[in-house]
Amino acid sequence: MKTESLWFIFLNASLINNFVLAYFLGICPFLGVSGKLSTAFRMGMAVIFVMLISSMAAYGIHAFLIWVDAPFLQLISYIVVIASTVQLVEMFIKRFSPSLFKALGIFLPLITTNCAILGLALFQTNKGYNFIESFVFALGAGIGFTLALVLMAGLREKLDFAEIPLIAKGVALTLLVGGILSLTFMGFAGLGG
Amino acid sequence: MESKPKGKLAGFFHFPQGDGLSTDEFIKGLWRENPVLVQVLGMCPTLAVTNSAINAMAMGLATLFVLVMSNILVSSLRNVIPKQVRIATYILIIATFVTVADYVIQAISLDVHKALGAFIPLIVVNCIILGRAEAFASKNGVWASFMDGLGMGVGFTFALLLLGFIREILGSGSLFGISLFADSFQDWVIMILPSGGFFALAGWLLLFNGLKLRKKQAQPEQTREEVLI
Repeated sequence: MKTESLWFIFLNASLINNFVLAYFLGICPFLGVSGKLSTAFRMGMAVIFVMLISSMAAYGIHAFLIWVDAPFLQLISYIVVIASTVQLVEMFIKRFSPSLFKALGIFLPLITTNCAILGLALFQTNKGYNFIESFVFALGAGIGFTLALVLMAGLREKLDFAEIPLIAKGVALTLLVGGILSLTFMGFAGLGG
Repeated sequence: MESKPKGKLAGFFHFPQGDGLSTDEFIKGLWRENPVLVQVLGMCPTLAVTNSAINAMAMGLATLFVLVMSNILVSSLRNVIPKQVRIATYILIIATFVTVADYVIQAISLDVHKALGAFIPLIVVNCIILGRAEAFASKNGVWASFMDGLGMGVGFTFALLLLGFIREILGSGSLFGISLFADSFQDWVIMILPSGGFFALAGWLLLFNGLKLRKKQAQPEQTREEVLI
């Protein structure tokens, strides 16, 4: 029973209610970093890592804020934790993989303003998940994000070789592809709530 | 999120501190540097909450409020905030105003608050607000920043309403909850679903791209080949 519900949370976050394609969270990197497959994959990995850490931290903070009875500080403290986690990841990547650091460029610090991460922290609080459920939820959301990003990057790499009408070049085309991808993911909707 | 060059008009006429300058700060956000339609920033709320016109308007106004207030505070504190921790400070300022907006919306209309859900707290991570704080308010005076925030906020609301109108009219056959068509109208359910957001915004961008292209082609000094490249 317990494992089943955990499995369901995971599936729900990664496929059925995919953060990018069903909740519209993290659209900025979805449109911005999805030009190349390898960059997209690494970006996804960085996001999964930040998501796991900030989800665990958010769980602790929420418990603490309930204890001191100051729920209005929730938003501010979440964003501070996320910003510091991103800073940590940035230093880590800069030290161990300078090439990846260059490839991600401005989008690395911008993980802070990735709605998917703050959204994850808020959703897990709203849904009242316990610690393990939060962790699984974060893992599912991160994997779902990476999946959407990688699928998109694969499609866009193919589209580079296609002849595209002039007016559709750029963001408009990316949005159209995103819309079709989102339609595809609606096929998972029957799997659960 | 690099700093955008200031409006051409402002640089050309070079008003020291005239009213013309701040009017230009206001106008540029509406159209020439429209945050959604031109800069393509703040996509998450743009796509997520525009499934009806009323939601679009509430989100637009809330963002307008936060944008103006944070621009004012950031620009008045711009000489006090140390450079190394500026981004963190901006985020804290923004988060404070978002918390205010969250509670105010909850007090005014519980229905709208429920419909917007997690997207009100998520205004914190709307790139437009941090972008304007970093690119404009940290370098300009209070009055100019106020006008800039107002212009960008109104431009954002305008873009959201464009999307909200089209999605509500096609998706539920109504506008602001008032039914528009006869019963025989078949709702385009897809327009209120997530993928409809992508398609509606793509449609607007295609339209504006087409208009821009046509304008370019009408210019005599530019040959057709140049435009096509």
